[in-house]
Amino acid sequence: MIAVEAERLRLGYEQKVVFDGIDLRIAQGSVTTLIGANGCGKSTLLKAFGRLLAPLDGQVRLDGRPLRAMSTTQIARRLAILPQKPLTPAATSVRDLVMRGRHPHQSLLRPWTPDDAGIVDAALAATGLTEVADRDVNTLSGGQLQRAWVALVLAQQTPTILLDEPTTFLDLSHQLEVLRLVRRINAEQGTTIVMVLHDLSLAARFSDRLVVLHEGQVLADGTPWQVLTPQVLATAFGLEAQVIADPVTGSPLVIPLEPSAGSLASSVVRDESEQLVRLG
Amino acid sequence: MSGVELKARRDGIMLGPVGLPWRPRVLAATAVVAVVAALVFAGGIAAGSSGLSLPDVLAALAGVADSATSFIVTELRLPRAAAGAAVGACLGLAGALTQTFSRNPLATPDILGVTSGAAAGAVAAIVLGGGGYSVGASLLGFGIPVVAAVGGLVAAGLAYGLAWRGGVDSYRIILIGIGLTASLGGLTSYLLVRAQLTQASAASQWLVGSLSGISWASVWPMLAVLGCAVPVLITQAAGLTLGQLGDEFSVSLGLAVQRHRLIVIGVAVLLTAAAVSAAGPVGFIAFVAPQLAQRLAGTARPPLVASALTGAVVVLAADVLARSLLPGEIPVGIITAVIGAPYLIWLLIRRKDVR
Repeated sequence: MIAVEAERLRLGYEQKVVFDGIDLRIAQGSVTTLIGANGCGKSTLLKAFGRLLAPLDGQVRLDGRPLRAMSTTQIARRLAILPQKPLTPAATSVRDLVMRGRHPHQSLLRPWTPDDAGIVDAALAATGLTEVADRDVNTLSGGQLQRAWVALVLAQQTPTILLDEPTTFLDLSHQLEVLRLVRRINAEQGTTIVMVLHDLSLAARFSDRLVVLHEGQVLADGTPWQVLTPQVLATAFGLEAQVIADPVTGSPLVIPLEPSAGSLASSVVRDESEQLVRLG
Repeated sequence: MSGVELKARRDGIMLGPVGLPWRPRVLAATAVVAVVAALVFAGGIAAGSSGLSLPDVLAALAGVADSATSFIVTELRLPRAAAGAAVGACLGLAGALTQTFSRNPLATPDILGVTSGAAAGAVAAIVLGGGGYSVGASLLGFGIPVVAAVGGLVAAGLAYGLAWRGGVDSYRIILIGIGLTASLGGLTSYLLVRAQLTQASAASQWLVGSLSGISWASVWPMLAVLGCAVPVLITQAAGLTLGQLGDEFSVSLGLAVQRHRLIVIGVAVLLTAAAVSAAGPVGFIAFVAPQLAQRLAGTARPPLVASALTGAVVVLAADVLARSLLPGEIPVGIITAVIGAPYLIWLLIRRKDVR
């Protein structure tokens, strides 16, 4: 079964077309990560999947139905998005923040029900936030705050979740914490996950499937081992790298190479460092 | 009984078909402000040149006082107190809506162009009307409140239209509103410079904001707008809360952001136009009242009911001061500016999260 499908999708902003007819199908119950160089359109594609960006042409289907045939509330009951930079509200407890995830399921007379409260409790427990549930979100650490956003999205109880760079600004242990949580949600509830990540080795470790985007096209698509090859890395990122097996998990690990001594790149780097030494 | 008990939790309560989160601090803050508003309302009626006691006032309101007291209370002072409360409630509520949708505690409905549009309209009617120009005379024929309300609504509509780019961004409409306010302020100044002395004086009086000589005829439009705003805002309250997470997250959670924003801006503009056309641009209420209410209630955004009540308290209290500080009456707008301006400076100095 296909959870999300892009059909001949044409996407762009004013005077700049990022994708001109891209096709992509996301299988239900999978963890898919979109990777690519800065500006390749990863977030743009994710926004289109979540109706945050209207396509110039083509369409997105969610569980077989075109997005534009669904109301924004209908979509919100089937698909959740964690945007890249959510705004943290003032004077709001963690529990109240997570309760906002219940909005698409609520009616005018019931901005609160015992069922909603129970679902919020479960989301807090799943993200390890039960202890800090009554604290103001503005007092949380970066890792806790990111888990609170994930808890909000969990409380939305959608079969599909989109995450736009959920690990940005987090240190390595907190990145692992969030990605393990994502993997567990997928394993326990069969939730379809599509995310954008920058760290290739972490993407490989936590994804079933990687999609490399480059110049408005899908450059490579498949399992982490199929996708993360030196050729793909050279084309997509301009990166010379070796790919080895992670000694812990066996997933591919990207090891960037140092440019050879005579190459232009390395001489530029040396010039700059000499200048820095002189200036310093 | 036990059914209700079973459905109550520490964080909410279910009463039949209605489920509500339990917010003790918001309830307490709202109750306190409501009581203070009632006291200032009654006290405002009692205060004045022919001194009345609170029991006199209550007796007159209940219709059991002697005829002289009754006349002073119901014919002279009650309309003024009602007008003060309504102006404060309209501006407090409009300010809460503006600060919430713009996610900016310094924003007031003024930045939507509505106040400067109303001012330009009113001053044009006073200055051109008194000068005997046919355009001005016909403007004045409609009455200053009507001209002010139309001017405010046209200016706000212009700001919204200019800010439209396949949707209205809350930051963009603020910038356009500020530009429009400056232009309309220039027009008002030009009219004042060209005016004769008596007209300029009358226009300046109006521009400060005053409750002097206000009658029931000015109160009803405000109460009507407030009455219409309440049911509309009940449908938008959840959206106002979601909006604090940003536009993208709001859409993701199922909010039709553009429709919601149009409704909220529209209600804020109507409330402001009603208040300004009745009493002139009474300054700082829309800015101060929501901030005070938010601090009292400790909420993520200015609470709507408490902001309206706080606005009423501030205007009524300022009006008592306006009538009693000096021998002659001071326009209430001067008092609110004297209170409001230092508060604005204090807030700017204290602010840590400048975006």
